Amino acid sequence: MKIVTVSGPPSSGKTAVIVKTIENLTRDGLKIGVIKFDCLSTYDDQLYKKIGVEVKVGLSGNLCPDHYFISNIEDCVKWGLVENLDILISESAGLCNRCSPHIKDVLSICVVDSLSGVNTPKKIGPMLKLADIVVITKGDIVSQAEREVFLFSVKQANPKASIFYINGITGQGSYDLSVYLKRAEEFETLTHKKLKFSMPAAVCSYCTGEIRIGEEYLTGNIKRIKI
Amino acid sequence: MVKDIALFRMEQLFKIYPYSEDYFVSLGINDIDHRLTIEELAVSMQDEVLDDTGLNREQLVENFILFIEKMETLKKPPNNTVESITIIGGKDKSGNDENINLEFKVGEVISIVGPTGSGKSRLLADIECLAQRDTPTYRQILLNGEIPDINKRFFIENKLVAQLSQNMNFVMDLLVEEFIKLHAESRMINNIEKITEEIIICANDMAGEKFDRNTPLTQLSGGQSRALMIADTALLSLSPVVLIDEIENAGIDRKKAIELLVKKEKIVLISTHDPVLALVGDKRIVIKNGGINKVINLSKEEKKYIDILEAIDKKMTGIRNHLRNGGIIDDSIIDSIYRLMQ
Ligand SMILES: Nc1nc2c(ncn2[C@@H]2O[C@H](COP(=O)(O)OP(=O)(O)OP(=O)(O)O)[C@@H](O)[C@H]2O)c(=O)[nH]1
Ligand SMILES: Nc1ncnc2c1ncn2[C@@H]1O[C@H](COP(=O)(O)OP(=O)(O)O)[C@@H](O)[C@H]1O
Ligand SMILES: [Mg+2]
Ligand SMILES: [Mg+2]
Ligand SMILES: [Zn+2]
Repeated sequence: MKIVTVSGPPSSGKTAVIVKTIENLTRDGLKIGVIKFDCLSTYDDQLYKKIGVEVKVGLSGNLCPDHYFISNIEDCVKWGLVENLDILISESAGLCNRCSPHIKDVLSICVVDSLSGVNTPKKIGPMLKLADIVVITKGDIVSQAEREVFLFSVKQANPKASIFYINGITGQGSYDLSVYLKRAEEFETLTHKKLKFSMPAAVCSYCTGEIRIGEEYLTGNIKRIKI
Repeated sequence: MVKDIALFRMEQLFKIYPYSEDYFVSLGINDIDHRLTIEELAVSMQDEVLDDTGLNREQLVENFILFIEKMETLKKPPNNTVESITIIGGKDKSGNDENINLEFKVGEVISIVGPTGSGKSRLLADIECLAQRDTPTYRQILLNGEIPDINKRFFIENKLVAQLSQNMNFVMDLLVEEFIKLHAESRMINNIEKITEEIIICANDMAGEKFDRNTPLTQLSGGQSRALMIADTALLSLSPVVLIDEIENAGIDRKKAIELLVKKEKIVLISTHDPVLALVGDKRIVIKNGGINKVINLSKEEKKYIDILEAIDKKMTGIRNHLRNGGIIDDSIIDSIYRLMQ
């Protein structure tokens, strides 16, 4: 089974891009499944059900969705194998710019939105910087020049990635991405695979539930603001 | 040269590739020891600083070298010189063969007409993605008479097509001049001031009301925005093919806009409901039910009528403005329309 991780800031167009790409793949008779990881709620499963793909939802609650993702991905792989999927796609909302669900050797896609500002690609952490593919959405509503400038900014942030412009509404450009998905690597398990970049664990006293403010309550890894 | 990046010290690299400093700025790394090579620099960095960049030591080095390589390839003139594009017909919405083979050359303008929903935008999209019988229309697009190689097709770096449509707006919070500068920088162009000047002059030449370089992008009127987009596409975009999708109501000098694009050696395709734009094309593709129904070559006779159609169009625009400003329609206005027709 091929595995693909898709992440990106909230509302950047992840679901729209995945849906359009899946439509290209199911036309070729492939069976696709999606797992959506989010924090509190999501309606994405309904969108996936509408196009007839298998879908599961994982809500991380008050945990970072990426931490939750990586602790649960192996179960998802098992589910995909039972369902006899050709491709398992994970969609996770990149709520924390520091964490990223990308795993070494597993095709990783980051979706960013051209309305989000030219400096955004630089601000997004490993989720974009270490993705194999960066998809840029919403190019249909900005000018040609802004598309080119945004593309350049993505190239600066991740010189290694293949970059696609995809229109999440019409699906323009999604065929090209589907070709890449078909070439993704196959796995029976992800056990012993490694994340592309470490995720910070509980680093300070507040991570472990401290609520009081003040010097005496600070323990662990503390970083000071430079003023 | 590029292979040896790892051997050079930062001070040397910053001299040879001035933009390479941006790499560190965008990662939030300041205070670089200029005497170190990239590998030494990565080793010398504190874990905490590195952690914030979202890259580990190895990735930092690898990305830096890739960054310079990529920027250097951007500087080179594009090697995707397109002399012609060919559309090999597919099927219309009912599955009937289009039975057509059309070739367009650099400097040609092709207009596309047809009812709403007939498939004009679809034809533009087929060209944009260099369709290979894998879109709903089963059309195939050739470049210079050949099947484009897979890399050309899938790598956006080689983007052949610039697009302009009525839904597009400027969204950046920048002044006109800052914006052009940013675009020029992304193209690694040297003479930024000259090109900025040129684009603003060209855009003003097309737009109804003038604007200057200190106008915020988002305050430009619809017509001014379109004019700036077209001037910028003509002068700064590398793409040899320009696709324009229904920009009629923009209030710009459409003939001038098209002339500018053609002068810059582009192949221009315009989907339109506008009579003047429809007649600007050397060829006119008529779309019906999703298929190319016929291709009309602009005749001398039709060409003769462009001016009168344009005059009528100007007249109507004038009347629209007159009404907008509280004007009243009277005999003299109606007479002036009749006079035009004679
Ligand atoms: N105009 C335009 N709108 C788009 C495009 N792609 C997505 N959208 C719209 O953007 C909105 C958000 O898209 P989603 O696909 O739900 O975004 P998401 O990243 O999956 O969002 P979450 O899963 O909630 O984080 C939707 O209303 C889409 O229709 C695009 O290319 N152009
Ligand atoms: N030959 C065709 N076969 C199947 N669908 C088509 C064909 N041509 C166009 N379509 C579809 O018809 C719809 C309307 O086409 P569109 O290009 O948006 O029309 P227009 O721009 O002329 O208003 C689109 O969904 C498009 O994909
Ligand atoms: Mg979603
Ligand atoms: Mg259309
Ligand atoms: Zn996190």
